[in-house]
Formats: sequence, C-alpha cells, structure tokens
Amino acid sequence: MIAFLIKRLMHAVLVMFVISVLAFAIQDNLGDPVQQMVGQSVPESERAALRERLGLNDPFLVQYGRFAKNALQGDFGYSYFYREPALEVIARHLPATLELVFAATLLIVLLSVPIGVYSAIKPRSPISRFFMGVSIIGISIPVFLTAIVLIQIFAIGINVTLFPQDISWGAWLNATLSTQGSMPSFGRGHDLVHVVGHWDTNLASWDGIRHLVLPAISLASIMLPLFIRLIRAEMMEVMQSEYVKYARAKGISMRRVYFVHALKNTMLPVITVGGVQIGTMVAYTILTETVFQWPGMGLMFLDAINRADIPLIVTYLMVVGVIFVVTNTVVDLIYGLVNPTVKLTGKPA
Amino acid sequence: MNVKKKLLTCAIATAMAGSLLSLNAQAETLRIGYSADFETLDLHEQLSGGVLRFSHMAFDPLVRWTKDFQFEPRLATEWEQTDDTHMRLTLREGVTFHSGNAFTANDVVWTIERLKESPDYRAIFEPIASVEAVDDYTVEITTTEPYPLLLNLATYVFPMDSAFYSGETDDGSDKAEIVKAGNSFASRNVSGTGPFMVTERRQGVRVDFERFDDYWDTESPGNVTNIVLTPIAENASRVAALLSGGVDFIDAVPPNDLDRVRDANGVDLIEIPGTRIIGFQLNEETVEPFQDVRVRQAVDLAINQEGIADRLMRGFATPAAQFSPEGYSGHNPDLTPRYDLERAQELMAEAGYEEGFSVDMIAPNNRYVNDAQIAQAVANMLSRINIQVNLRTMPLAQYWPEYDTRQSDIAMLGWHSDTEDTANFFQYLSFCIDEESGAGQYNYGSYCNEEIDALVTAADSQTDLERRAEMLREAEAMLYEDVGFVMLHWQNLGYAAADGVDIEPVVNAIDFPYLGDLVIER
Repeated sequence: MIAFLIKRLMHAVLVMFVISVLAFAIQDNLGDPVQQMVGQSVPESERAALRERLGLNDPFLVQYGRFAKNALQGDFGYSYFYREPALEVIARHLPATLELVFAATLLIVLLSVPIGVYSAIKPRSPISRFFMGVSIIGISIPVFLTAIVLIQIFAIGINVTLFPQDISWGAWLNATLSTQGSMPSFGRGHDLVHVVGHWDTNLASWDGIRHLVLPAISLASIMLPLFIRLIRAEMMEVMQSEYVKYARAKGISMRRVYFVHALKNTMLPVITVGGVQIGTMVAYTILTETVFQWPGMGLMFLDAINRADIPLIVTYLMVVGVIFVVTNTVVDLIYGLVNPTVKLTGKPA
Repeated sequence: MNVKKKLLTCAIATAMAGSLLSLNAQAETLRIGYSADFETLDLHEQLSGGVLRFSHMAFDPLVRWTKDFQFEPRLATEWEQTDDTHMRLTLREGVTFHSGNAFTANDVVWTIERLKESPDYRAIFEPIASVEAVDDYTVEITTTEPYPLLLNLATYVFPMDSAFYSGETDDGSDKAEIVKAGNSFASRNVSGTGPFMVTERRQGVRVDFERFDDYWDTESPGNVTNIVLTPIAENASRVAALLSGGVDFIDAVPPNDLDRVRDANGVDLIEIPGTRIIGFQLNEETVEPFQDVRVRQAVDLAINQEGIADRLMRGFATPAAQFSPEGYSGHNPDLTPRYDLERAQELMAEAGYEEGFSVDMIAPNNRYVNDAQIAQAVANMLSRINIQVNLRTMPLAQYWPEYDTRQSDIAMLGWHSDTEDTANFFQYLSFCIDEESGAGQYNYGSYCNEEIDALVTAADSQTDLERRAEMLREAEAMLYEDVGFVMLHWQNLGYAAADGVDIEPVVNAIDFPYLGDLVIER
C-alpha cells in the first residue's frame, strides 16, 4: 500500500514536470502578455521595458530554470491579471468548480444507477426505450447548447403561442408549454455561506442551491447518458452470468438478486470509468462555467488564455495534472477495497 | 359626499406617491453585467476602457465629454487660455475625497505629475511641461509648445487623493508607485471624489459599490445607491443575464442579439454611433502594387462599406470614408464611401494589374464586432478585382504579436483616438514611420505621405480651433484621395437596460456611462 502510494507520488511529480515543460514550451504561442497590459498608444520602448522586467526576453531555459527553482519552493509566480500568486488565485477559484462537479456527480449517481438498472432488467419496456432514446440525444448535444437551452427555458422563460389562444385547449396547451423562467442564469449568487479559508459554499442556502441547479444539470448532461448506458450494459452482462442464474435458482427474491448480487459486480467497471471521468469533468467545466459565468477554475482558465496570463496558465495545467493523478489513485484504492481480487502494484501477490 | 371621497382618494394617492418617492430615494441597486472587468484600481497603471469606466464611477475628471463632444465642467469649473502656452483652471470648492480629505489644487498637481510618470499616459501628457498650484483652487498648466488639446487631456485627469496615496505601506513600498501587473498599494486601495465608493472587490468575479454620502454634485439627478458589477465576457450569457432579470444593465450587446433584445419585454436597447474606426492597412513593403495609388484606390472602391454595415453588421455600424466620426473636429461631411466595382477594375487595368495578384491577410477573431466575418467578406470583395486573398484569423492574444512583425500583406485594425481628436488617428496610423518620435507606430503598411504629415503637425500647434479643424478636414480629404488607410466603418455601441433604468441620458459615444447621474424609476 505504502509502496503503491510512493509510486503514485513519483508519477505525480513526473506528470507535473512534463506538463510544466510543455506549458512553458508553448507559451510563445499563447500570445504576448505585454500587449494586454498596456494601452494601445504606449510606445515600443515602454513595452520593451515591461517585457524585460517580467523576464520575457530571457532564453527558454533561463525562464524555465527560474520557474522550476521557485516552483520547488511552492512559488508558482504572480498572475499578471489578478496581481496575486497564481496558486492563490487557483485556490480561490477551486471551491466553486469542485462544488459544481460534486453537484453534477450527485445528479449522475442518483439518476444513472436506477435508470441503468431498470433498463437492464426490463430492456423491452417503453420506459427503457424512452431513456435509451433520450440518452442518445443527450450524448450528441454539445454542453454549450444544452446550457443555452436550459437558460432560455428556465431563466428567461418562453412564451408559447403555437396553439390558438381562443380555444380552451389551445390556451391551456400554450400556458402549459410556456415557462416563467425565474432561475438565475449566471454566477453563484450573493447568498454564499463561508466555510473555511477560500471556501464559500453554495450548498448551505436556498439561493445558493438555486444558482447551482442549471450549471450542474448541464455539466451532468454530458456524462449522464454515458453512465446510464454503461450500467445497463454491465448489468445485462452480469445478469447472464452463472452465479446470478444460480442465485435465482436458489429462490432468492429477485430484488435481492438484482440489487445485492448483480449490482455489486456491475459497479466495478463503473467506478473505474467514473473516476477517470470525474477528472475529465473538471476539464468540461470550462464550457459550463463560461456560459453560466460560474466563477470557478474553468472560467478563470479561459480568461487566462485570452489574456495570455502565462504564470496562471502553467499553474492551472499543473494543478489539473495533479487532480488527475489523485483521482486515479483514489479510484485504484477504492477498486482494491471493492474487489479484493485486484492487487495493487507493490503489494505482495 | 362625492367631493369628499375624491379628496380622500387624492390624499391617499399623494401619501402613497410620497412614500414611494422616499423609498426610491432610499435604495436603488443597479446590477451591471459588463463585458470586461477593469484590470486594476490604479487609474494610471493601465489606459483601458475598463479602467476609464471605473474612473468615472469612483473619481471625477476635471472636465468630461458631453454626448455631442462638448466639455462639461466637473472638478474644474472654469478655464482660460492666458497665452499660447499657459492655461489657468479654476477648481471646484467644497469637494471631499472618500477618505474625508478635502480636494485642493495640490491634488491636481500631484495627479498630473503622476500621469507623466505612468508608462501608459506618459506619451499623451508629453505636451505638458509643468503644472503649478497658484492658490488652493487655481492651477496653471504650462505646455512646451502651443497645444490646442489641453482640455481633451483634462478629461483624463481624475484627481487622486494625494494625501491618501502618499507615504509608505507596512512593507515599506511607496504608496504612490505605479506597478504594472504588480501588487501595489494604489491597485488595491481607492480614494477618489466620485459618486461611488468601492466596498468589495473580487477581481474578475464581482465588484460592489456604494454611493458616496458626501458627493459634491448634489444637483445630479442620480439615485443609484448601490452597484453590483459582474463581468460577463460571454455575449450570449450577458444577454441572457439581462433577459432573465439577473442584471439591470449590460454593455456591448452583440449584433446577432440586437433584434432579440429590441423585441424583448421589459428591456430597452440603446444604440449609439461609436468612435472606433475599423479598417485595413495595405502593406507597401511586402506588396509592390500597393505602392501605386491606383491599386490602393481600386481596393477601396472594391469594398462595399454600406453592404458590410447593413448586412454583416445588421445596421450596427456607420459606414466610413475617413478616420473622424461625426462630432470630431476633423470630421469632413463631404467624404462618403464610394463603392464602384467597375471603376475599381478599370484602375487595376490602368495600373497594369488586370490579372491581379495574391496576398495574405490577417485579422483578429475576438477583438472587434464580427471581425473575422468582415475580413472574410472583404477578401471575397477583393477577389472581384482579381486580388486573391489568403486570410488567416486568430485570437487577439496571438494577433498582436503577429501584427507587430508586419509580415502579412493586409492587416485589420480598429482604432479609437485616445484624445477624442482627429490628429491622433493620423499620428498613429498614417504618419511616416519614425522610430525615434514614435510616429506611425501602428502604420502597418509603411504608408508615407509627407504632405499630410506636415499639415496635421501644423494643425496640432494651431490654437485657433476653427482654423485647426479646417486643416484637419483638409488632411482627411487628402488621405481619402490617397487611400492611406482602407476605411470600413465606425462600430456602434449597444447598451441595454431593464425598463425603468433610464440609461439613455448617461451613455455616450465615448463608451463611459456616467452612472453617477443615472436615474432608476421602477
């Protein structure tokens, strides 16, 4: 176990090293940060002086050496835009993103397991077919569009006048299909509850939760169909296996067979995929956060790219690298707990 | 009995109206969704639209522009040009800073001296040789040479609280220092004379303002007591925030959403002709034919400015044939777009390029309204005079470094005159390049016409403003004939606000809403 963790720690260091080199190597293509920091009519001499002060004129290796030396001491440089240590900026934006991912994950778990299991048990029922159809649509709509549609329906509201208003059923249909739209369309709201450090939570107030709903649904919409289909496929396969047949033959109640015997083995691959996907979801928040102006890491990263805020970009990439390594490690640990036949590296066989 | 009833009703109505009014006066919160956050709280750290908007909220300028480009007294109440190189300004009395300090001539002197130290403003304030406080409420500005644009510069002088910004911070750095992209005292602390004080700021997330109780302008009709500013960069999200009632006021309504906003219930759209000229520069260094004035004219004639403004911009632009928009001193009403494809083809033939040639073109894709589409349209138009365009568009952060190399043959540029004056356009965009003086810093194509340069330079030391305007109009006409810059249009500005938020009187072509005077009546 310890050996496994040490090995993973070395992985993390290696990943961070590779990412930092890559990020540094591409920084010339990210644009000129100085251009963003001065007015249009500022003479070239002033720009050159600023470039010199920021150390942008030094050769690549000198710049990287300086960065690496400071980074080893925990100093990742100052964000040009926020005028604060880059790590600090990320720490301030991280809770918003994590809460969004958490809410989306919760939605996915609560919906995908029952739907997946149901459509595996009753593959021919109309409800299963309906969910399978919807999930195909869900998987193929980009998150950006989902978000815009959600905003239009639930935040702005739509006024349907498709049916004749003077006939009673027409008026009723119009009224039923129209939405008032009162959900907040952007930001985290003003009713945040402070927890600790940089962490203000959306989860402790009604207003906060209302702000969280639409972004969480759009973020969940990418992964939900995938998990429904994965759980359904795994479950159907497990249902065919010998031990389930045996359990049924023994006369155990079907409910117990489904939810105790079959579901356990269904969840194994789901955990693996899920762990990796949570990391991916952190990346997907960039789109969701942009549409909903959610002040998390994704929005911050996109802004940083637009501003060529190089220290922040490099630090963000490294932090995301670490998040991936950590989630994968945790997944492997959980996997070991759930399925004792799996051996972690370094454990005597 | 009837009369009595009426009287009673009247009395009740009056009482209710009265109580409503006093409620209104008590608290009106304005929630703003701007496309960009201001970069810093230090006015002199960066010359940008965002910081200037902020300046008009937390500070007051000496004078400010009215909607029709006249000067309106603010902290300076009177001004007088005593001779060719001296101007005397009388300052407003009884003004206090947010810190409680009184505003005096020393603050003005201090601020102008700091502006002369600022990397972003240094060049603009170059003409000012010195500033002196004559007494507590009079300052005298001395210029090195006769300079007609002193009042234009005065719109950039937002007196800062010199006592507040002097001294040392706890860690021993000077409170007055200007540090670009650094953590200076002035970039985090504010004391101005403006209508709003910053109460909380989370950069890039939100800024809270509160009305300053001791604001000097008690005649201002403005009744906004609190402002919550949320930067929303994404166009669709900003519009959605307004339509869903999440914010009351947004800027930069994108052309594609104009109809949607116009038709929406409970929301008003305000369009204003802007002052930013959008156009193309032809590189005479890399493409020999562009040195021929006939080819340049052909390019200009082949481009249908009106069509682009109508169709592509959906009427959200004013077609241009000169730098200066209406209202600027050098605006020449005789110059209009002259789209004429046949004449363009003739000119190409006359110049010996009937067969045409092929060129590269670069344009940004996230800087100006519909920039990439405009470039695409222009490329297509040029193909009709057999100039084959190979277009590359890129995000802003990559565009400027690419622009600076001057490797491409045609480049797109938008320019706003920092002085709100005609000469600035010429000095930066069409003057013969002179590395030393910085002239022609954005003259991408190395265009050079010394006659025009001489005329504009002469105009810039002409203190007779009538005569000066005449000279600048002449310069515009010469540039029009010589096609030193391919003009497209001035981009319009689009603001939108919820019903009852009366933004029309406070927004202007300069793009700095005067929110202190905003009236909300719900």
